[in-house]
Amino acid sequence: MKLGRVIGSVMCTQKVDSFEGVKLLLLQPVNEKLEAAGDALIACDPVQAGPGDLVLWEGGREAALGLENWYNPSDATIMGIVDQVYGEQCSGNRKHELDPEEHEGRP
Amino acid sequence: MTLGRVIGTVVSTVKLEVLSGYKILMVQPVDPQGKDAGAVTVALDSVQAGVGDTVLIIDEGNSSRMIVGDPMAPIRTMVVGIVDQVNVGGDE
Repeated sequence: MKLGRVIGSVMCTQKVDSFEGVKLLLLQPVNEKLEAAGDALIACDPVQAGPGDLVLWEGGREAALGLENWYNPSDATIMGIVDQVYGEQCSGNRKHELDPEEHEGRP
Repeated sequence: MTLGRVIGTVVSTVKLEVLSGYKILMVQPVDPQGKDAGAVTVALDSVQAGVGDTVLIIDEGNSSRMIVGDPMAPIRTMVVGIVDQVNVGGDE
């Protein structure tokens, strides 16, 4: 899995049948310091993430398996919403905590 | 399989059902000498490794699916061992 930041969403009316009901988000991959790393991409979202969220995502064959109907052509799928990242790569108190206000109104 | 060093943990509450119950670790791939080699990756933990441990990583979907026992699990990278010792060049 990899880390990424949701930076927007994509709407598609005409799409392949297996993407019916699947939300598409614009995703910026980030590195261990949570800095942007590489080009942004479009990912399927079965976990209801939103703009600003730090997420876990997977590419390749596993991306298709992440959706309810596994027979689909996804090449990137969000697997989870990240609450916190702890570790030696984080400066200061060695802990990265998301801004709670950013998450207001979310479960 | 490759070697890595656990550099952090990731906490996620809202996630796919199949991932629940597994710890999520940030792993820095390392060479046999222990030097950093390559980009940090995020892996599921199956051996209760912790930050600072040198670990064995697999980056192959079918192997990971076998470990969790679900042939349709959307996972690829897993920590499958905690390394005690690496001998390079057969010194012992």
